[in-house]
Amino acid sequence: MGKYYIFQDQKRCIGCYACELHCKTKNNAPEGAKLCRIVPTGPQVVKGVPRMHFVFMPCFHCEKPWCVYACPTGAMTKRSKDGIVYVKSDLCVGCKNCITACPWGVPQWNSETGKVMKCDYCMDRIDQGLQPACVTGCTTGALKFITPSEASQIKREKFAKDISPLKKQ
Amino acid sequence: MSSKRVYSICAMCTGRCPIVVDVEGNEVEHIWGNPNLLGGYNLCPRGAAGKALLNDTERPKNPMIRDGERGSGKWRSASWDEALDYVADGLKKTIEKYGAKSVVLSDRGGAITEFEKTFIAAIGSPNYFNHHATCSNSIHNGHLSVAGLARNGVTYDYKNAKYLVSFGRNLLESLVTGEAKNVIDMIENGGKLIHIDVRWNYTAAKADRFFMINPGTDYALALALIHVIIKDSLYDADFVNRWTVGFEELANFVKPYTPEFAEKETGISAAEIVKLAHDVGNAKPSVIFHLGWMTAWYSNDFYLRRAICSLNALLGAYEAKGGLIINKTPKDVGKPLKSLLAQVPKPTEPRFDGCGTKYPHLSGQWGLAQELAHVLLTDEPYPVRAYIVFRHDPLASLPDPDYIRSAFKKLDLLVSIDVNYSETGWFSDVILPEDTYLERTDHVIARNGPKPGYILRQAAVQRRFDTRPRSWIFKELANRLGVGQYFPYNSIEELIAWQLEGTGYRLEDFNEKGYIELVDKPIMWDRTNGLKFKTPSGKIEFFSKKLEDAGVPSFIPYEKPIELKPGRFRLVTSKCAIHTQGRTTLNNKLLNEYVNENHLYIHEDKASELGIKEGDLLEVENEGEKQYIKAKLTKYIHPEVVFMLHGFGDSVPLRTRSYGRGASDIRLQKGLAKVAIGGNCPYTECTVSVKKVK
Repeated sequence: MGKYYIFQDQKRCIGCYACELHCKTKNNAPEGAKLCRIVPTGPQVVKGVPRMHFVFMPCFHCEKPWCVYACPTGAMTKRSKDGIVYVKSDLCVGCKNCITACPWGVPQWNSETGKVMKCDYCMDRIDQGLQPACVTGCTTGALKFITPSEASQIKREKFAKDISPLKKQ
Repeated sequence: MSSKRVYSICAMCTGRCPIVVDVEGNEVEHIWGNPNLLGGYNLCPRGAAGKALLNDTERPKNPMIRDGERGSGKWRSASWDEALDYVADGLKKTIEKYGAKSVVLSDRGGAITEFEKTFIAAIGSPNYFNHHATCSNSIHNGHLSVAGLARNGVTYDYKNAKYLVSFGRNLLESLVTGEAKNVIDMIENGGKLIHIDVRWNYTAAKADRFFMINPGTDYALALALIHVIIKDSLYDADFVNRWTVGFEELANFVKPYTPEFAEKETGISAAEIVKLAHDVGNAKPSVIFHLGWMTAWYSNDFYLRRAICSLNALLGAYEAKGGLIINKTPKDVGKPLKSLLAQVPKPTEPRFDGCGTKYPHLSGQWGLAQELAHVLLTDEPYPVRAYIVFRHDPLASLPDPDYIRSAFKKLDLLVSIDVNYSETGWFSDVILPEDTYLERTDHVIARNGPKPGYILRQAAVQRRFDTRPRSWIFKELANRLGVGQYFPYNSIEELIAWQLEGTGYRLEDFNEKGYIELVDKPIMWDRTNGLKFKTPSGKIEFFSKKLEDAGVPSFIPYEKPIELKPGRFRLVTSKCAIHTQGRTTLNNKLLNEYVNENHLYIHEDKASELGIKEGDLLEVENEGEKQYIKAKLTKYIHPEVVFMLHGFGDSVPLRTRSYGRGASDIRLQKGLAKVAIGGNCPYTECTVSVKKVK
């Protein structure tokens, strides 16, 4: 099952693309391949000021990953211990079926190797007790590598603070 | 896992963020922020992309000597001995014929500038200058005149600030990692960001309030804020009484500048101005009126910046928690670094650019880069015939580069020393390629701030090409000119050991955290008796006798901005997080993938009048100069303004990724290579016409 979750704190994100650059350098992604993305949306006026919402899109590491089912060679794999979906590069034949199958455009074409590459949460770093490069390098510390239940807790706490009558003392 | 980690200092922009480089063998695996100083491995996109610079072949790989007309792009490779001899011979000839002062040298400014400053002084020339005429001269000279402090003589205590007011300082796009992170921390802690600008940007998007101000009227707003703060007794009376001179003069001067007056000029309502004055007054002294960074806007910038400094002083924000903390130096704690430059007799001849003579109130510390072309063309005050340009690209940063380039033709010798190809390098006689920051160790620098210390840029890997570090290049040149005694070291390690003599520290001490901390806790000077303002009175000078004696008034009345003719727009430029320095970022393979051209942002109503749609190719014209650029339509820009990112329109063919991409702002800024009263170029006084290309 998918153990991990990247939480993006919208209040901290400034849309600078440092997450993407750290991802690209860590994973040696060639031109055109972006394993995670920041998609700026807006501006839209909220409380008198035009605001931005920067949507962070790594791989969601689905419980039922369509890319894995679509892969004919077994290259696209879900790691049983923590649910990370990753590519066994030596098995990938570059058929691009996973690119077709993924509803969110996550698998990326590596023009240098002729194979697919994708966000694996920087699995090698995780196995060393580290965090994904996007999270570690983020300029403002807007990304947090946590579990889905921790993410839920962060949101609940924020919401509770927002609705509490005691919030502004 | 990487085989080693090397602490160093980034050089992708001049923010000089502390970094840690993960190295495997002789390859850089990753570049992170130094967690010991940044509270995490955070590092901006430019810093992360430094990895792509190292193995990039689109940078000078060996010394090159011109083999055709200047700018023809014909080069031949040379050995270091040949190239250095060529430069030294040229310098000797110039010195013999015109004197040492006819040699000038510029760089990009910053802290790691000892080698070139030592070199130019050692050969007897007073003419070091840097790029700040195109950047922060007006705030530097303004802050010096008010507080006796350099532009960067204070550290902003963002995390504890209750109000941060930014006059166009795009903190979250023209960003420095630690600063952006601290500003976000401030917002998260409940601090309010107020952004004032002629266009909305990502900094405005995070602001508590954003004011779209009429272009060129910021001074009216600042004066009205002072007016209300004084009239409604919102100022810090204890601080003002103890630490300022000229309060009465200031109070009298701002009397006419009522909020109602400012409303008419700025377009910001009087009620909002009064509210802001009261908000900051109630939050004092934990208030920051950001002094600004790139403040080369208008002819009156000096006075806008003096007014902003005055606002900080009125609110007692200097040396206050959540305000502007005066930087302390290693010298302040009895541990100064030894300096190469301090060993050289100070040249006594007057400067070429008039600092201290024609412009008695302007600091020669940073100089006036925009004067060089005029001096070359007129030989006044004296002939300049040789120019060494080091990690600086005046032809990519000064307004009207075609004019500057034509003046450069008068030089007998133009030398570019740089990691990158540059516009100026392309037009020079010799290119001496420097090691990248990942391949070289520089001299130790002081880390001035509330907690003074030392920090060091250290080589992470071995050099890729036939390049050399600055420590070696300037020493070799000095040797050839007979002043090698001022470079008394055989290796950078030896120099560092000498710099640290008497401090009790050694080179190895940088390995633990990437810097050396000289004190445990921030030093806060006593606000009753301990503040040090390096003005003649030792206080904040709203009224400056020094300025007045130099024939420069302490206050000047607000004047309306230059009238905009029908069909014209004011051209405003800025940076984005991907590119803040064209020379170091535009052609970077990773960064270029993200942003490889600029666009012209125009108000959608104006666009509609001109029949312009999103993505249309536009012709932007000023005084016969035409640039071509695609349109972006927005509601959130002042209708008088069109905006483009600075630095595009690269004309160096060897930079294949950025060559010819986008439009050049500086080519449109005709006639603006002039000295405004703050020492800055008035870039934003450029107006342009815009039309769709049929």
